[in-house]
Amino acid sequence: METISTDVAIIGAGGAGLRAAIALAETDPKLRIALISKVYPMRSHTCSAEGGAAGVIKPDDSFDLHFDDTAGGGDWLSDQDCVEYFIHEAPKELLQLEHWGCPWNREADGSVAVRPFGGMKKKRTWFAADKSGFHILHTLFQTSLQFPSITRYDEFFGLDLLIDEGRCQGVTAMEMRSGELRQFHAKAVIIAGGGGGRMFPFSTNGAIKTGDGMAMAYRAGAPLKDMEFVQYHPTGLPNTGSLLTEACRGEGGILVNKNGRRYLQDYGMGPETPVGKPQLKTMELGPRDRVSQAYWHELQKGNTVSTQWGECVLLDMRHLGEKYIDERLPLVRELCASYLQVDIVKDPVPIRPVVHYMMGGISTNTKAATPIPGLFAAGECACVSLNGANRLGSNSLVELLVFGRRAALSAIEHIQGLPAANTKALNARAVETQKRIDGLYARTNGTESMSGVRKEMMDTMEKNAGIYRTEEGLQEGVKIIHDLRQRYDKVILTDKSKVFNTDLFQMLELGSMLDCAEAVTVGALARKESRGAHQRLDYAERDDNKFLRHTMAYFKGLEPPRIDYLDVVITKSPPGVRDYSGDHK
Amino acid sequence: MKERLVQLEVLRYNPDTDTEARFQRYEVTCAEEWVVLDALNKVKADIDPTLNYRWSCHMAVCGSCGMMINGEPKLSCHTFLRDYEGVIRVEPLVHFPVERDLVTAPDDFMEKLKRVKPYIIPKEKKPISEGEYKQTPAQLMKFRQYSMCINCMLCYAACPEYGLTPHFIGPAALTLAHRYNQDSRDGGRKERQEVVATHEGVWECTFVGACSESARRTSTPRAPCSR
Repeated sequence: METISTDVAIIGAGGAGLRAAIALAETDPKLRIALISKVYPMRSHTCSAEGGAAGVIKPDDSFDLHFDDTAGGGDWLSDQDCVEYFIHEAPKELLQLEHWGCPWNREADGSVAVRPFGGMKKKRTWFAADKSGFHILHTLFQTSLQFPSITRYDEFFGLDLLIDEGRCQGVTAMEMRSGELRQFHAKAVIIAGGGGGRMFPFSTNGAIKTGDGMAMAYRAGAPLKDMEFVQYHPTGLPNTGSLLTEACRGEGGILVNKNGRRYLQDYGMGPETPVGKPQLKTMELGPRDRVSQAYWHELQKGNTVSTQWGECVLLDMRHLGEKYIDERLPLVRELCASYLQVDIVKDPVPIRPVVHYMMGGISTNTKAATPIPGLFAAGECACVSLNGANRLGSNSLVELLVFGRRAALSAIEHIQGLPAANTKALNARAVETQKRIDGLYARTNGTESMSGVRKEMMDTMEKNAGIYRTEEGLQEGVKIIHDLRQRYDKVILTDKSKVFNTDLFQMLELGSMLDCAEAVTVGALARKESRGAHQRLDYAERDDNKFLRHTMAYFKGLEPPRIDYLDVVITKSPPGVRDYSGDHK
Repeated sequence: MKERLVQLEVLRYNPDTDTEARFQRYEVTCAEEWVVLDALNKVKADIDPTLNYRWSCHMAVCGSCGMMINGEPKLSCHTFLRDYEGVIRVEPLVHFPVERDLVTAPDDFMEKLKRVKPYIIPKEKKPISEGEYKQTPAQLMKFRQYSMCINCMLCYAACPEYGLTPHFIGPAALTLAHRYNQDSRDGGRKERQEVVATHEGVWECTFVGACSESARRTSTPRAPCSR
């Protein structure tokens, strides 16, 4: 197996991975950086983010307000030292992107424009029409091309971390076009592999979002934190699950049920605001967890609209007018026209909540460090505990910048004065990866179809770990996912070729998703309270006495994870009531 | 939901086992509203796990799933079955080497993007602490349309010149150079001209406009060449 020696290896080349790579290259041009990704950087899922990125920039805003919105929006499960660091770094990172050429929308005077977003008390979301993530990703990718010290390994599938002497010292990966394995020996590793929303059947997530980075760290002994918190975005296209950005509502779109009633007023987000005059932090600009949960209640009451794609509510943007829609929401108009054949200028669009984002992930501290020395993580794959129990829209694009950079700086600190690697020990570990892959090719006792196991996993996650959960449903979910993890060892690899074998990649991805799914279900069963995106019908209240703490899941092979807890860091905002009734009441 | 039986004819090639590419026929029941990618996904899940292609976002923004569909370069996630009758022929993007089945090697494209220095070379450098570079909406509009390219490579498959003259830097890279040249924050035009205004750059373009046609949903690569 070929060995590639480098200083820092980064797994994942989306927003967080690229930001980390640039920070490494800028801080120390002598560092050798290996940027490893299973896709070309521009394909990373950051490109699908639409609405924008939050950072305090305008004179009427303040860091304290961004702090309060984030901590309360997260139902007080955010670590407040992390929130504090984040809000201060956010504007600097967004300005840095501006200096690198990101085409942010502008005010008439040439300053950066901001738009309203759900759960935010002030307008502070920087945006590039409704393709903000796309522009952030491409700006970072293009900027990264000027640094000769960044060596990209595009379409290399990350497999196992190399741990020796308790330190992370590299990673194995497969060159996808040849099927050959490589071992990267590195002084530090940064995982920036994204979330795992594809474990659910109805998701805004691209096909690549299979939790590989999370699972890799988890298998190596790093705990996954708060995995039970899975965000449903309130407005997905009902057939493809594609995202219709929160900016639809930020710009003034309204949600109505089959009777034409703006039903959010019935779920603690009223009273009603005038149509086309959105007010911050209330009604359609409530937080995602609450707005998605309101849909579920409307469904129970029979207030939804029956469509050929299932039960929906309606997102009405007609009053915005064609000119404004084309200026602010051109992608939304195009998506609805193409995939649903609905023109949002003329008709309301049917939508329903869709799995969008995982608040949980590899446990990291405010320095983006995991408990394993030498291993860092940033972006959706990490849980730095910024987002708590519910992420506010437009915080995650900034999170991947702030903590991508932070991971790079922490990695540089870590590698100073390290003892030389024991390459023999690392080689031995890499051989284990090779054996694992060879075993998949050699498997002859397969009885399970991959698409069959995958479908059962997805259906179970939707049925048993969806917007509202129960003890009984979660017990069943835990049991089925556990069973599927055993059956995974009997999945048939049909394609035995070495060359760009997507049958093999899908099998590896399914393994990652199953590992992560078990952490989600076991964590959800253990958390007997309702907080943010984790809602239990049988424990309807938040329970700060027992559960103002993070769930920590430790990998135990084919057994269910060991669950432990970690205290939440509260500095200045004690848990309180989340009030989204607005100033106008 | 209305369904229909779709016939796909897909070009298959595995360099490990095949001496030449061959077409394989699949029949699959699809919803009328589906895209070609949905049909391929159903084939892979239910009929033939050995079929290989790239995809991710399913919303025409990640640029992964470019392929030839009935001879035209298309994103398969944005090519609707409702627009086709009869057998749908699916082949890898032309003008790129085939790695396997519908998977092509974009190495040349990636190298060309890099050569136009697609990043801000600041007119005047200032620290972050001094805030943003002011840019009016009019200044933004001068380059925004050229920043919309998703790098899906359809325009390279559509470009007859790139097919004939592989050293031609091609529509997407030229568009990207133009995007930065037009940015009020940038002062790097002269450096980029070393690549753009040469025999491999803009002078190779023959202005047939096939690139614009292939990419009409996203950027407009023809525009910078035709200036």
